[in-house]
Amino acid sequence: MPTPTRGFLGRRRDRDPRLPPGQYDVGADWPVLTAEAAPRITPETWSITVDGRVESPTTWSWAEAHRLPPSEYRGDIHCVTTWSKFDTHFAGVSVDTLLAAARPTAEAGFVMATSKTGYTTNLPLADVTGGKAWIVWEFDGRPLPVEHGGPVRLLVPHLYFWKSAKWITRLTLLARDQPGFWEQNGYHDRGDPWRQQRYQGD
Amino acid sequence: MTEPESVVLGAGVAGAPSGGWRTATVAGVRRPVPRSVQLRLDVADRVDHLPGQHYVVRLTAPDGYTAQRSYSVASAPGDPLVELFVERLPDGEVSTHLADVVEPGDVLEVRGPIGGWFVWDGVSPALLVAGGSGVVPFVSMLRTARALGRTDLLRIAVSVRTLEELPYAGELVDAGALVVTTRESRGIRPAGRLAAEDLVPLWEPGQTAFVCGSASFADAAGRLLLGLGVAPRDIRIEQFGPTG
Repeated sequence: MPTPTRGFLGRRRDRDPRLPPGQYDVGADWPVLTAEAAPRITPETWSITVDGRVESPTTWSWAEAHRLPPSEYRGDIHCVTTWSKFDTHFAGVSVDTLLAAARPTAEAGFVMATSKTGYTTNLPLADVTGGKAWIVWEFDGRPLPVEHGGPVRLLVPHLYFWKSAKWITRLTLLARDQPGFWEQNGYHDRGDPWRQQRYQGD
Repeated sequence: MTEPESVVLGAGVAGAPSGGWRTATVAGVRRPVPRSVQLRLDVADRVDHLPGQHYVVRLTAPDGYTAQRSYSVASAPGDPLVELFVERLPDGEVSTHLADVVEPGDVLEVRGPIGGWFVWDGVSPALLVAGGSGVVPFVSMLRTARALGRTDLLRIAVSVRTLEELPYAGELVDAGALVVTTRESRGIRPAGRLAAEDLVPLWEPGQTAFVCGSASFADAAGRLLLGLGVAPRDIRIEQFGPTG
């Protein structure tokens, strides 16, 4: 345990067990953190493609994506900048549904998510399958605001939120892992909040 | 079959330095601006940063409870000390301790430098657009440019409520920064927000635009730059603070 900081007692004495280490409850706020200017994307021009190591590369339009079986997430989200937000509610479709249509090949082990802006983030395939990841277009029953990645973002709530790429347009299945945007810029490859995998080397 | 090339957004500065946890001794504490503190840290075995990178400060309570936050570095890499500028948030946990309690001689745990995206390479022209304490990473860039003799590469625009609240105001004004105040008039200019016409004379093709400030400021500044025709790939944004 590190040496205590002189005079520091810490404010939050009763830690909510839902808070991973080093996080604080941001309450009703939802901070906006983005590395690039927010793109204006109309639902009519948005689409999502699943390609790479798949048997059937597939693209869904807004209308086509909305005809897929709906799926939702209720729970917490965690940002590497140390805020966590409890009891969020997102709706969209499960990434499992998209992958079932595109059929990853046997060698597919990783996913690169790409946004309209060119933002990328890499994930092990196991972190986006089995009911752990969604593409979402609703937050709290309303259309997802553009500053939070609307019209559609990736949602991988069990990892730090930079993995939940805003303005998602593509999921590319890869045989070998390669770093995405923040991962090239000093952040951890996986980003598990419970293990505090914030930066390279954690 | 080859793996598709999917990275479009820039990779930042290749091989940007990064450092692990270090022990820092507080060498200086100044409060030149209300509700904030400027800390000068002697970081043991430190890794030199690039201008625009940040540090994490971690505080530990006697029972092992820890809290950590990130702060931009204001000093240039050649400075023997690491200078952090911390705005005291009214409900802050780390910033209030740093602003109210920390004294010279205190020992802090720090981690850095961190980040390879919001970094100036020292050779490319850049337009720096800051809201309030968002100027801190730009002060590091300016000091670096001065050390390199290349202040001609940087154009700086700052928006702040009053000049008194602007960190490093004198240094920025001396460097020719455009300072726009939203709550007081300056010279013949009435109080008002940063506008597109403010940025027009500062913008030149080939510049990278760096924007740093609150989320609402960063969003507004990003839109101004896009409206001027700056390509999205040439805009780098660093935001801080919660929004509703």
